Amino acid sequence: MFEVIFLQFLNGLDKGGAYALIALGLTLVFGTLGVVNFAHGALFMLGAFCAVLFRQLITFETVTIDPTKLSPWGAPLEVRAPLVQTWFGDFGAVLVNYSVPFSILLTIPVMLVIGIALERGIIKHFYKRPHAEQILVTFGLAIVAQEIIKSFFGPNPIPQPMPEGLRGAADIGAWLGMQANVITYPIWRLVYFLFAGVIIGGVFAFLQFTTFGLVVRAGMADRETVGLLGINIDRRFTIMFGLAAVVAGMAGVMYTPLLPPNYHIGMDFLVLSFVVVVVGGMGSLPGAVAAGFLLGILQSFASMTQIKAIVPGIDQIIIYLVAVVILLVRPRGLFGRRGVMEA
Amino acid sequence: MTVFKRGPSRRRVLQTGLAGILATGVAPLILSRGAWAQEFCNNPTGDTVTFGLNLPLTGAYAEEGADEQKAYQLAIQHLNGEGDGGLISVLTPTALKGNGVLGKKVAFVTSDSQTKADVARAGATRMIERDGAIMVSGGSSSAEAVAVQGLCQEMGVIFMAGLTHSNDTTGKDKKRYGFRHFFNAYQSGIGLAPAIVKAYGADRRAYHLTADYTWGWTQEESMKAATEELGWETVQAVRTPLGAGDFSQFLTPVLNSGADVLILNHYGNDMVNSLTQAVQFGMRDRQTNGKNFEIVVPLFSELMAKGAGANIKGIYGTSNWHWNLQDPGTIAFTKSFGAAYGAPPSQAAHTAYVQALLYADACERAGTFYPPEVIKALEGFEFDGMGNGPTLYRAEDHQCIKNVLVVQGNESPTSEYDVLNVVQEIPRDAVAYDPAIFGGDLGPAEPAPIC
Repeated sequence: MFEVIFLQFLNGLDKGGAYALIALGLTLVFGTLGVVNFAHGALFMLGAFCAVLFRQLITFETVTIDPTKLSPWGAPLEVRAPLVQTWFGDFGAVLVNYSVPFSILLTIPVMLVIGIALERGIIKHFYKRPHAEQILVTFGLAIVAQEIIKSFFGPNPIPQPMPEGLRGAADIGAWLGMQANVITYPIWRLVYFLFAGVIIGGVFAFLQFTTFGLVVRAGMADRETVGLLGINIDRRFTIMFGLAAVVAGMAGVMYTPLLPPNYHIGMDFLVLSFVVVVVGGMGSLPGAVAAGFLLGILQSFASMTQIKAIVPGIDQIIIYLVAVVILLVRPRGLFGRRGVMEA
Repeated sequence: MTVFKRGPSRRRVLQTGLAGILATGVAPLILSRGAWAQEFCNNPTGDTVTFGLNLPLTGAYAEEGADEQKAYQLAIQHLNGEGDGGLISVLTPTALKGNGVLGKKVAFVTSDSQTKADVARAGATRMIERDGAIMVSGGSSSAEAVAVQGLCQEMGVIFMAGLTHSNDTTGKDKKRYGFRHFFNAYQSGIGLAPAIVKAYGADRRAYHLTADYTWGWTQEESMKAATEELGWETVQAVRTPLGAGDFSQFLTPVLNSGADVLILNHYGNDMVNSLTQAVQFGMRDRQTNGKNFEIVVPLFSELMAKGAGANIKGIYGTSNWHWNLQDPGTIAFTKSFGAAYGAPPSQAAHTAYVQALLYADACERAGTFYPPEVIKALEGFEFDGMGNGPTLYRAEDHQCIKNVLVVQGNESPTSEYDVLNVVQEIPRDAVAYDPAIFGGDLGPAEPAPIC
C-alpha cells in the first residue's frame, strides 16, 4: 500500500508542479498589474509551439528521389534527411535529440517580446477599466492566438519526442532500497517537476534578492507611493508581464513531450490555473504555488481505485469541490490579502 | 334521366381515360416505384446531388476526420468520372457508370463535428435543412454516429456511417436509415482474444482503461467477455474522460494493481497519449506475476500507430482494413489515394470512401434517390472488391459482415508508413454473430413527413 500512496503522491507533485508554474505567471500579472489575464493559457500554448517551431526548423529536410525504390502507391520513393545533421554531424544529431530543452533558447526571447508587445500594445489601455472588460479583451486575445496557431500548424496535436536518454522510467524504489520495479516513475516527469521547482525558486529569488524585485514588490504593495518616489514602476511592471509570459512559455515548452501540443492546449489549462490562483488567494505568489501542489496532490489521490470505489467520479470534480470548500471557509483563498479584488 | 343516357357512359369515360394515360406515357411513371417518391427529403431536382459530410476536423479524432475528408473528395471525383476511377472498376457487382449518380453530378458540403455528438447532430441538421444533403456520411466517434443516425431516421435521410466501432451503432441504437461498413467492438473482441491469449498465455490478469462513452463501454465489455472466456481475469476497469490528455493519474494505479496486461480501450489522440504515457511509465519494461507486462490496444489505425511512434512496436490490436493488403481493391485504392495525397490511406479513409461508393451504387441499382428504395437496395447486398473480401450488408442490423484483421505494431518498419503488420485475417464467418444479441429496432423505412 505504501508504494501505491507514494506513487500517487509523486504524481500529485508532478501535476502540482505544472499547475503551480502556470498559476505563478498568472499571479505575477495580477499581483503587479492588477489585470485578470485570460490570455495566460494562450501564452502557455505559444511557448509549446515555440518548441514545435524550433524542431521544425532544425529538422528541415532535404528531399531526394530514389528511382530504384517505389512508394506504396507506386511513385518513386522520396528520401528525406534532416539538413542540420548533414551540416553539423554529431552536434546536429544531439540538437535534434534534445530539441525540446534547446528550444527554451528560442522561447525566452520570443515570449519576452510577445509579453511586452501585448502589455504595451493592448493591455495597458485596460488598467483602469473594470475587471470584466479586462477578462473580455484578454479572452479575445487568447482566441486570436489560438486561431493563428491553428491556421499555421493545423488542428491536430504535434508530438514532440523527449530526449532519448530521458525516456522510460526511473526506478525510485531501488534508489530507496526497495525491490526493483516497485516504485517507477517517468524520468521526464521528474525532470519537469525539478524544472518547475527551479523556475518557481528562481522567480521568488529574483523578487526577493534583487533591487528590481524589491521595487516590484514595493509597487505591488503600493504602486502610487513608489511612483511618487520617482521610480518608473510602469516600465518594471511591463518587464514583469514579459517575465510572466516567459514563465508560461517555458512551462509550455517542457510540457510538450508529456502532452503533444495543439492550438487548444492553453484553454485546457486556463480554467484549472484560475482555480489554483483563486484557491491560493488572488495576487499571492506563495498561495499560487501552495494551491498548485495541494490541488495536484488531491487530484492524484482522488484517482485511486480505492477512493473512486467509495465516491465514483470524484477525481473529475475534486479540484472544484475543494475550491468551493476553501472559498466558503476562507473567502480570500489560502494566502489571500485583504482588499484584493474587493470593491 | 334520358339526358344522361345520351352522353358518354361511365365505362366509356374510364376506357378513354385509361387509353389516354397509356398513350401519353404517364402509366410507366404511375407504375414505377419512383412515382410516389417526389415528396421526400431533399429530392434532387437540378443536375447535382449533394452529399453531407460530417467530419471531426478538430477534437480527439481530428486526424481520422481529415483523412476521411480526403477520401470522400476522392470518391466524389471518381463518381463524377474524374481521376483514375479508384474502386469503381473493382466493385462487383456494380451499377456505377462514372457519370455521377443517376446522371446527376455529385457535390458535397462539410461540417466540423469537433468529435462531439451534439455538434455533429447540429451540423447534420444544418446540412440537411439548409444545404439540401440527400445523404449524410462521416464521423469518427460512435457517440457522433449514434446521435446523427437518430436524427437521420427522424428526417428520412440515409446515414452512411464513417468510423464507428461501438456495438450500439448497429445494436441497440440501430436505425433503418443508418448503415455501417466498419466492423464493431464485439468483432474486435472475438477476433483479437484468441490471438493475444496465444501470444501471452491463458493465465493473465488484465486492467482496462476505457474511454467513457458508448464505444469505450462496448469495447471494454467485448474484450472482457472474450478474454475471460479464454481464461483471463479482469482486475479492474477504469473509465477515463474523452480527450483527457494527461493519463498519468489513471496509469499510476495500474502499476501496483497486480495486473500484468493493460488493455487501452482508447482511440485517436487519446490512444496515442495513453499508450505513450504508459510506455513512459516503464510498463513495457516491467515484470509482473513473473511475466512480461503487456499492453493491448483492441482497435488501432495506422494514423495512431504513426502518432505513437516506436511505442506501438509489437502491440496487438484489430483493424477494419490496411493499405498493405494485396487484393486488387486495396491495391487500387492505395494507388489512387497515394497519388492524390502523397500518403497511403487510413482505415478511416477507406471506410469513408467505400460508404460513399456503396450509397451511390445503391441509388443506381434502385433507380431512384427515394430512401426506402435505396435502403432496400443496400439491405442484404453482397459485394466484393472493396478490400475486405466478400462482404454482406446484413439486412437485420445494417452491419457489414466481412473479414477482420488482427494487426501488430511493426518491430522493424522500412518506411514511415510501414507501421503495422497484418498478422491474421479472420474470416467473416468467424466474426459473424446473431444480430438479436444486441437488441434494438431498425424502425420504419417510410420517409419522414417533413425534413
